[in-house]
Amino acid sequence: MADIILFSAIKIVVVLAVVMGGVAYTTLAERKVSAWLQDRLGPNRVGPFGLLQPIADGIKFFTKEDITPGRSYKPSYFLAPMATLIPALITFAVIPFGESVSLSGKDHRLLIAEGTGLGLVYLLAVSSLGVYGILLAGLSSNNKYSLLGALRSVNQVVSYEVALGLGLIPLAMTAGGFDIDAIVRAQKGGVWFVVPHFIAFIILLVALFAETNRLPFDLPEGESELVGGYHTEYSGMRFAMFFMGEYANMITASALLVLLFFGGWHLPFLNYGWFGPVLGGILSAIVFACKTAFFVFFFIWVRWTLPRFRYDQVMHMMWIRILPLGLAYILVTALFLYLRGPIK
Amino acid sequence: MKSEVKDLGLRTERMTINMGPQHPATHGVLRIVLTLDGERVVAATPHVGYLHRGIEKIAENKTLHQVIPYTDRMDYLSPASNNIGLCLAVEKLIGLGITEKCRVMRVVACELARISSHLLWLATDALDIGAGTIYFYAFTEREKYYDMFEKMTGARFTLSYGRIGGLSCEWESGLEKEVLDLVEGTPACLDEIEKLLTRNRIWIERNQDVGVISGEEAVALGLSGPNLRASGVEWDIRKAYPYLGYERYKFEIPVGEHGDCYDRYLVRLEEMRQSIGIVRQALKEYDEKIPLFPQDDASAKYYYPPKEKVLTSMEELIHQFIVATESPKTPKHEEIYLAIEAPKGELGFHIVGSGTSVAHRLHFRSPSFVNLQGLPVMIKGDMLADVIATVASLDPVLGEVDR
Repeated sequence: MADIILFSAIKIVVVLAVVMGGVAYTTLAERKVSAWLQDRLGPNRVGPFGLLQPIADGIKFFTKEDITPGRSYKPSYFLAPMATLIPALITFAVIPFGESVSLSGKDHRLLIAEGTGLGLVYLLAVSSLGVYGILLAGLSSNNKYSLLGALRSVNQVVSYEVALGLGLIPLAMTAGGFDIDAIVRAQKGGVWFVVPHFIAFIILLVALFAETNRLPFDLPEGESELVGGYHTEYSGMRFAMFFMGEYANMITASALLVLLFFGGWHLPFLNYGWFGPVLGGILSAIVFACKTAFFVFFFIWVRWTLPRFRYDQVMHMMWIRILPLGLAYILVTALFLYLRGPIK
Repeated sequence: MKSEVKDLGLRTERMTINMGPQHPATHGVLRIVLTLDGERVVAATPHVGYLHRGIEKIAENKTLHQVIPYTDRMDYLSPASNNIGLCLAVEKLIGLGITEKCRVMRVVACELARISSHLLWLATDALDIGAGTIYFYAFTEREKYYDMFEKMTGARFTLSYGRIGGLSCEWESGLEKEVLDLVEGTPACLDEIEKLLTRNRIWIERNQDVGVISGEEAVALGLSGPNLRASGVEWDIRKAYPYLGYERYKFEIPVGEHGDCYDRYLVRLEEMRQSIGIVRQALKEYDEKIPLFPQDDASAKYYYPPKEKVLTSMEELIHQFIVATESPKTPKHEEIYLAIEAPKGELGFHIVGSGTSVAHRLHFRSPSFVNLQGLPVMIKGDMLADVIATVASLDPVLGEVDR
């Protein structure tokens, strides 16, 4: 028992550290990649190649004045940044990040919340919590731009929650369960799900872009329309928490895409058993991190390439295009699975 | 939709939202008071005057030469066309001719100003619709034009290039080839941007059928320039009332059909390409050997003497001092209205003579100010995000709106 608690604690600490570090360095990556796309240099003053920039940013955020607008509703105004960051972080509880590790004859899965078997359901539930932070921020800021941003965000996130579900159901059906591990296992040695489930991949990709409020779906912020949207009135560390929440969501979304469609930590023609119980696990986690980093890059790349949708177009796309497509695809998958008959 | 909500007995309320004068997408200090029904615009009232500096009143107390730097600060994105426009009006009022070389140089300066102004518009339009990277591509190209202006005039931004009867300085030798290289490089930049935008689904959806104004309405409201032409009205002062010898050059007037943001985008892009053609044709006529100012004795009263003589001989130094401090006298009770096709539209100069070198009245008909009248018509019934797209596609310069 004690070793399970200890191992879980280690996992939590390591995952949180990696994710928070990842968030910090994703902000740097965003600035570097955008600079690279725009023929600029990007941050290069703090440390070699600007590598210490996130630390400087962190110090800046902590020392900035924390401004609270007058006549704002204080309790929810202070709660909102936390309500954004915490759901973004606790989604990592169900994200497996590597092959099992064997220590003193016991198998440990590289996953914080082991044995729930309901990873996808938890993920859907927690990711819908994120919208409360945005809603609270918008409503309690006493700013019309924030209000509009919050309304847009709630509409968008709630709508695309449906798309997220629609994209996940065919995968759960194929893998035979809501366990993310099972979906990864189903892809091991075989074809990655991106090939047979390409339509689901597209649906989920769009849904995740919308869920993370990234361009082309960054209407809740829409800096050229709504100034800053729901976080217009926030400053200092409270603003940084929204910021970190967004990047944490982006990492979760990337990790999810890798797990569901790109074989998780598996690589073709590579068996982690070759490397022994511990090294294999660590290696698989590194492969997983690299794949995730690629999708983080993809998110950044898209952001700096495309213009922004308009609010009604985003809604139109969800309810007129994605919803029928998703439902039809579930039917097709069901039909295919029925005709194929049960496995084994 | 609205009636359904009312049937349910829910109370709906319109929201008045103040966009600007401090807002990232109002291109300066434009303030628009919007009445919104949800995200739909019910009414929009633009408020101007946050950048009013009283240039027209100041101009009643300055000699005409002294007014030229003030015109830089009207449409500060195309100062060359403002300076040269004022000079053209004054020259016409007092009946002063210019040399052939000066004419060519002015055409080139005006067209370079048009291209650089449109490049900035392209950058900010894309930025406002969310395509941040286009901004840098267009600005990188625009920077080359500013480097060229620096070589031509010594200044990058506020050029003060025009002089009554001429220009502030000659081009250094070989500059015409550099200008040609510069404009020949621009289509590559435009092509790259067009690849990213013109057939981009999101870009089309954000721009097509947004901010529509019909040709009749546009004419009735006095719109001019690309904003008028996008509505299908073929009107370009360079063709209708040619000045600076524009009738000699072959160029097309790009015209839109629908009068929406997308057409305004296409019209401006094509205008840049046409301007490149004009520069190319004009540079063929450039002859370095002709002096910038007429050299005969009769005209010496009005024109600047050659610079090298100013620095070496007393007579010319005195002469230049007199020309620079005492501008040509405007004939009393005579007035003139002369308009040029500035990048933003019809830029008019109304000068009333006073018998001295200070005009009795100097009025600028600025295209941005008049074009802004079209905004409430264009955005009525559109969404909040369309307001941004429409303002960006109108390309107002607030320095010119308020003067």
